Amino acid sequence: MSEIAPEAVAEQVTPSAPDATAEVGRARRRTEDARLITGRTNWTDNIQLPGMLHVAFLRSPISHARIARIDADAARARPGVIAVLTGADLAGEQGSLPCAWPVTEDMVLPDHPPVAVDEVRYVGEPVAVVVARDRYAAVDALEAVDVDYEALPAVVDMERAIEEGADLVHAGEGTNKSYTWVFEAGDLDAAFRDAPVVIERRYVQQRLIPTAMEPRAVVCSAVGDEYTLWSATQIPHILRLMLATVTGIPEHRLRVIAPDVGGGFGSKLQVYGEEVVCLLLARRLGRPVKWTESRSEGNMAVHHGRDQIQRLSLAADRDGRIRGLKVDLLADMGAYLMLVTPGIPLLGAFMFNGIYKMDAYSFTCTGVFTNKTPTDAYRGAGRPEATFAIERLMDELANELGLDPLDVRRRNWIRHEEFPYDTIAGLTYDSGNYEAATEKALRLFEYDKLRAEQADRRDRGDPVQLGIGVSTFTEMCGLAPSRVLGSLSYGAGGWEHASVRVLPSGKVEVVTGSSAHGQGHETAWAQIAADRLGVPFEDVRVLHGDTGISPKGMDTYGSRSLAVGGVALFNACDKVIDKARRMAAHLLEADEGDIEFSGGSFAVKGVPGQARTLQEVALAAFAAHDLPKGFEPSLDSEATHDPENFSFPHGTHLCAAEVDTETGFVRIRSYVAVDDVGKVVNPLIVEGQVHGGLAQGIAQALYEEAVYDEDGNLTTTTMADYLVPSAADLPTFTTDRTETPATTNPLGVKGVGEAGTIASTPAVVNAIVDALRPYGVDDVPMPCTPERVWRALTAVRRGSAPPGGAPGPGAGGGLGSTEGTPGPGAGSGLGSAGGAA
Amino acid sequence: MIPAIFDYVRPSSLSDAVAALREADEEGKVIAGGQSLLPLLRLRLAYPEVLVDVSGLPELRGVRDDGDSLLIGAMTTHYEVIRDPLIQAHAPLLAAATATVADPAVRHRGTIGGSLAHADPAGDLPAVALAMDGVFVTSAREIPARDFFTDYLTSALEPDEILLGVRLPKAYTGWGFHYEKFHRTAQAWAVVGVACLVRRTNGEVAEARVGLTNMGPTPVRAYAVETAVADGPASRQAFQAAAQDAPDGTSPPSDLHGSAEYRRHLAQVLTARALAAAAGA
Repeated sequence: MSEIAPEAVAEQVTPSAPDATAEVGRARRRTEDARLITGRTNWTDNIQLPGMLHVAFLRSPISHARIARIDADAARARPGVIAVLTGADLAGEQGSLPCAWPVTEDMVLPDHPPVAVDEVRYVGEPVAVVVARDRYAAVDALEAVDVDYEALPAVVDMERAIEEGADLVHAGEGTNKSYTWVFEAGDLDAAFRDAPVVIERRYVQQRLIPTAMEPRAVVCSAVGDEYTLWSATQIPHILRLMLATVTGIPEHRLRVIAPDVGGGFGSKLQVYGEEVVCLLLARRLGRPVKWTESRSEGNMAVHHGRDQIQRLSLAADRDGRIRGLKVDLLADMGAYLMLVTPGIPLLGAFMFNGIYKMDAYSFTCTGVFTNKTPTDAYRGAGRPEATFAIERLMDELANELGLDPLDVRRRNWIRHEEFPYDTIAGLTYDSGNYEAATEKALRLFEYDKLRAEQADRRDRGDPVQLGIGVSTFTEMCGLAPSRVLGSLSYGAGGWEHASVRVLPSGKVEVVTGSSAHGQGHETAWAQIAADRLGVPFEDVRVLHGDTGISPKGMDTYGSRSLAVGGVALFNACDKVIDKARRMAAHLLEADEGDIEFSGGSFAVKGVPGQARTLQEVALAAFAAHDLPKGFEPSLDSEATHDPENFSFPHGTHLCAAEVDTETGFVRIRSYVAVDDVGKVVNPLIVEGQVHGGLAQGIAQALYEEAVYDEDGNLTTTTMADYLVPSAADLPTFTTDRTETPATTNPLGVKGVGEAGTIASTPAVVNAIVDALRPYGVDDVPMPCTPERVWRALTAVRRGSAPPGGAPGPGAGGGLGSTEGTPGPGAGSGLGSAGGAA
Repeated sequence: MIPAIFDYVRPSSLSDAVAALREADEEGKVIAGGQSLLPLLRLRLAYPEVLVDVSGLPELRGVRDDGDSLLIGAMTTHYEVIRDPLIQAHAPLLAAATATVADPAVRHRGTIGGSLAHADPAGDLPAVALAMDGVFVTSAREIPARDFFTDYLTSALEPDEILLGVRLPKAYTGWGFHYEKFHRTAQAWAVVGVACLVRRTNGEVAEARVGLTNMGPTPVRAYAVETAVADGPASRQAFQAAAQDAPDGTSPPSDLHGSAEYRRHLAQVLTARALAAAAGA
């Protein structure tokens, strides 16, 4: 075990004090927020075009059925209805929705028509589309479409779906398995042979609904053979290429615009059937069309996230050193493979080892079809699932060995002097300092004090027990080096593009291929450009999200924008300076090598007073009266950056949770997140990303679950049943940072969009299990609802008396008496911090 | 999330409002704050032909001291209930329960009359009205609370009958009170709720009233608990023992937020807590 002086380590990684004159590092308020928050902006649903028609989709109420007959005559006859089209009507032109990630050569990839033609395979799948003069007429007409369904057996349970003779989602494919993907490193048999400790667990990553604040919306217009499609999407560039491929509309005749977009969390990293259909309708009808979904419609039809069954085996020595890890996943694809559906669980393949060293590792994932909404990217995308598994296992290992959960981690994690480190999963972690982040988190959390309180509550038999959960995580960000994507059979590269235009007045336009949908790029990119070019922040405007304005890009997901797109901008700025230096040398009649650039001004080395500002140089280049020989009259530059490696943010999250053993209610008492996201452009934006991420990760632990009944009906279609927490349900987060710059990009940045979501889920569940350990509870399935916590307690109480050691909490009232058996512990039923107010 | 087509009228007199409902021939629906009805319309779970907006009727406004009772107008918003001095003085249990309803936006639009007439057993106010032996004053008659809630989302109101307000006796002035709401998130409905009033004399419980939220298709009075604690010690042990009877006679639902078994368990735990809090034990 490594013993290090925490202060010494911490000193190296204390966030640098921002330079008072620098823009990078300044906690600027986001310039885009005023318009986004007030809604006085270009949300897709705010767009009105002359003669625009409105679209509504009729969706299957049955999870699996043959469409015997559709009678739309009554709907067509309704006032205001222009057209009603079925899948059969569109069959000649609608094509099949794309999957860009064939993860294996023999992957089963069924056809996926945007509107079902002869069979529906999940509740919410479109079966017909109505076009009407207004949205009300369109929605009313849906009820007049008569569909005869012949029900087929619903495939709902993944484990049963892969049994011999199971009912099939796609009868023609002969199997519910889409693929099996394997990664192996080291000698797993040797690692498990004679291993003194083997921990085996089965964890379920429940299905989640992404719930972006803005629902999906599409507007499409066709003028001549020129098409413009506005969509609440994260990926205008990818969408344009894919729509052209699916519909046959030439790519250069199609412009895709992502106007202001109200969040996505991965759910708008998709090529949706509704987008294809709106394009086809605009082409057919020659009039603009608009479709905006409702929340309950979106809950069924926006792709879902997570949904894995994880079987895990971890082998370790008695001293806690990990020998090997075996991961066997079933991943629910839902009914179809969408844009990157099959690859999502595989993004976790490289993360199950977390921050730890081990000798052997094996990962197997089987993608399974079910009669449910397709799954795809959701904040973290594969990495939260992996992080949950390893961080829960580390706590289980600590418990098995009677060690503090932090000690077990210290004995296994990569020490700061070992970077760069080649992990068992084949990645090279370039930098990190887990010791420093952990020491800082422990201090902020007052770990020892909380452990003392926990012991006290256990001794007193307090019905409200305290648990402490640890999550020391890393993740891979900055998707992605194109060569790596190629090796994983992904359908595209992972570069990003930026261009910088210096206008004659000296103002600057930055064009980025990243497509912000709430992340604050307009502010952060302006900060980067302002620093690099030496111009005021206010003089920079950032343009994005429109293939007509920003023609090249790979869009925003996977915490990639800053680490890839920000670096592209950085490089483009440098090219501007290189051009301007040559122009300035010419104007100053000096040798280019003697020109120094700082603070937005080019000066001749050693000649005070001889200088030209960037603005002066730009104006001179614009006038073009007197240029260096062969110089093009422009400073404008562009750069495309392909990262050499992923980036690896990490951090230590600590959660203290109070668990009411009488009701099962969990209250998060305190939460400390110390994240290391490398260099920071805007600390306020980073803070916001961490807070939102924590809320979303905690939501998986405690609140959210897309629930299907045995017939494949989604029962959580409204926000009364799909519980998204609000600020009122969450503690005041304590956040801080350490700063270990990424070594693989010139900004030293790593990415922060997903960190909070990835780290927090296991921290919360570890805290709950830690609180209930003395009762014999070693797991509570997610979300850890009060009833599930209560049932976990009831199950062990039925099984046996509380384990020895600490006196079992409680006796008398509450649970024990309900069951007619003596309950553990003594005293009152009221906790010292329970629900009784 | 677009409702089916409906007509909308906003009469300025009670007789016009009743006439509008009568004319609708059972296809009319009264709308007050709309916080329960509009979601049902938007989800197309309800298809009324006419909405009769009662916000223009003066009879439904205000909180009045009526001698032995308070008469709380049906159009009184939750926000007003929470802050009303008469309610604070004579029915603080109602204010406490109302303060747990949904979120501030809903509390500014939603009304006590709408909430009670909606007769949602998961609503917080029906159990309070039942525990306090409230009387429902309508355009046609007065209905005791125990007869008002007849089934899930169903009240004794006739299709052409309008709730004018609820009468709460002042008899509970000075009693200890507590509304114990158990819900998964701050904005969620109660999984189970317990409305509780306790009168103490000489350190003992003289009598108590207990109403349960979401323990059946209607709010439920826990008479067995009331009997068990009456004339007994104001101790947590006594309350826990008495609270074991809380699920008696209930038929709680099983849904995403809790099974019937879990709700019966919660009713016991929460009733003990509510009694203790109300009794100051």
